[in-house]
Amino acid sequence: MLKNEHVTKVYKMGEVDLTVIKDLSLSIDDGEFVAIVGPSGSGKSTVLNILGCLDKPTEGKVTVEDVDVTQLNRTELAHFRGEHIGFIFQSFNLIPVLSVYENIEYPLIMIQNLPEAERHERIMQLLEDVDMLDQKDKFPDQLSGGQRQRVAIARALVTKPKIVFADEPTANLDTKTSQQIIELMRSIQQEFNTTFIFATHDEKIVTAVDRIITLVDGVITDDKRVAS
Amino acid sequence: MKNIVKISFRNLMRSGRRTILTASLITIGVMFVLIYSALAGSFKAYMVGQVTDSMLGHIQIHRKGYIASVDNLPLDKNLNQKQIAKVTELLDKNPYIESYTFRLKLGAMFSNYVASTSLRLNGIDPEKEAMTLPLFASRVQGSDAGMLQEGHILVPELVAKGMKVAKGDTIVLVATNLKGSVNGLNFKVAGTVEPISGPGGRDGYIHIKDVQKLLRLKQAEVSEIAIRLKNVDDLEKAMKSLKPLQMMKNQKDKPVFEIHTWKKLSPFYNIVKMLDLMDISIKIILISIVLISVLNVMVMSVYERIKEIGTIAAMGTSPATITKLFLTEGLMLGIFGTLLGSLLSYLIVIVINSVGIAFSFGRQDDLVLNPVLHLNEMLIVSAIVILISLIASISPAIKAANLDPVDALRQN
Ligand SMILES: Nc1ncnc2c1ncn2[C@@H]1O[C@H](COP(=O)(O)OP(=O)(O)O)[C@@H](O)[C@H]1O
Ligand SMILES: [Mg+2]
Repeated sequence: MLKNEHVTKVYKMGEVDLTVIKDLSLSIDDGEFVAIVGPSGSGKSTVLNILGCLDKPTEGKVTVEDVDVTQLNRTELAHFRGEHIGFIFQSFNLIPVLSVYENIEYPLIMIQNLPEAERHERIMQLLEDVDMLDQKDKFPDQLSGGQRQRVAIARALVTKPKIVFADEPTANLDTKTSQQIIELMRSIQQEFNTTFIFATHDEKIVTAVDRIITLVDGVITDDKRVAS
Repeated sequence: MKNIVKISFRNLMRSGRRTILTASLITIGVMFVLIYSALAGSFKAYMVGQVTDSMLGHIQIHRKGYIASVDNLPLDKNLNQKQIAKVTELLDKNPYIESYTFRLKLGAMFSNYVASTSLRLNGIDPEKEAMTLPLFASRVQGSDAGMLQEGHILVPELVAKGMKVAKGDTIVLVATNLKGSVNGLNFKVAGTVEPISGPGGRDGYIHIKDVQKLLRLKQAEVSEIAIRLKNVDDLEKAMKSLKPLQMMKNQKDKPVFEIHTWKKLSPFYNIVKMLDLMDISIKIILISIVLISVLNVMVMSVYERIKEIGTIAAMGTSPATITKLFLTEGLMLGIFGTLLGSLLSYLIVIVINSVGIAFSFGRQDDLVLNPVLHLNEMLIVSAIVILISLIASISPAIKAANLDPVDALRQN
């Protein structure tokens, strides 16, 4: 469960205040598969970052998993994200010095501190789920874009987060690969009831989701559920 | 921690050339410091040994005021029998003292019947002199220093050459005593004495009893007592144990004796101090090199990886862990450089010792240095370098930990 109440985000640009999000209220339930859409510069990423506890709103309240995250400090926020939230990025953002296996392992040792045996089992299962088992010892620069994004998805899911945020996850992928990635995320959402929230203008994602929130100049102009 | 080390290590190896360059800079700096200190240490030990073991001894006792006019070799500032007895009593039961020797010094004219020159004459007790100054014998040519007989003289090499006298020749020594009466005696040249650096170029040696004859003294007098310690490192303790002598006052409530260590008596101590100052300067340069190069690498490292830092921060890596990642990186850079530097220094010192580097100092040629790398010195230098690497990494590491993940992720 995720809630935004009267959220405003203002950037100070020297003398001028730039209001990017205006009095935005929004609620997303567990297990939803949602896309935030809108033209470039409309504030999609900003909303995603605020919901994802990466950024703080200038005004308003953000509640994630019943916690008012606007009250948390840096370290508490980092801990909170590590426990409840997964991220998938447009340019994959794998750690270049770690192998596929180690990249997926990273959150479990550096953030959650899970015992070895449990880690191994989880990682092997995920590697199978994202169909990367045979590539597990390769390094990111030896993989294609689609393969990297599969690893990134596995990394985002390995901590068993309630919510996964994906900002333009298909923007650097070709059509066929994008389609496979979307299907992969869909199957995970259905299996684990993980909430997925996308910021995108990719039609392939838009047609795949259950709910489309349209943002124009920091204001929600449309919020509709669709049968897919 | 194992994982932090693993990730830091791989990140260092990622810009391998830069890492190796920086580590080499640290390595070279460490080598410079260690090899310098080994060489300077060996030079110091050698020269200090020469000064104390062939001329000065470790500590000297004089009548108060003697040192101030030592260049004139005054006869009115000698210790009398009562004073000698006092000193002897104290020295004999002092646990730090190995041996001591009495000297009676004076200025005299040296004549070979053709020409004459001035000489600084040392009246010595040959046996005690040899015991107190184990290297004295090595300066003497043509005679056994411990066997100097009455009626014989050891002529300074310079004078022997200048006056063209050789072993076996007879010469005359002329001296004036305190009452103003002049006396001359014949001596047989028993050998020559090499000078060592510092004063001593015109020092000749005869038996202390001959000085008494030459000056027509009724009672024994002593101008200088040179002391050899069992262990040079006890210099301070030994000086403290001689405090009672130093405190002794005469009827006019003035101190009777003055006591000095070789450091006060030899101009060479200034060279020692200069060598030590150089040592400190080189260490400060090393610290600057390490500070600047590690800081430089770490700032670059953070700057290049802003997006990566944003990524791990977004995933939930705590600021403390991010700090540790970068501190470990800088620390490892310092450790690599130091280990390599220490190892190479060790090898180079072995090579120097096996090759044997000769040098000259003053009039002495073919002195061979035996540099020794002390474990202590190695550990201290390593600790300093590693600590400085850590300090240099603090500011970049904190900067990395304080990056705002949203800003960092927006970087390309
Ligand atoms: N740190 C910032 N400082 C100033 N303006 C910003 C900053 N971040 C985003 N903006 C502005 O906010 C608006 C919304 O940006 P963003 O949320 O990235 O939009 P979208 O993801 O929909 O393209 C844009 O006009 C952008 O220029
Ligand atoms: Mg965006």
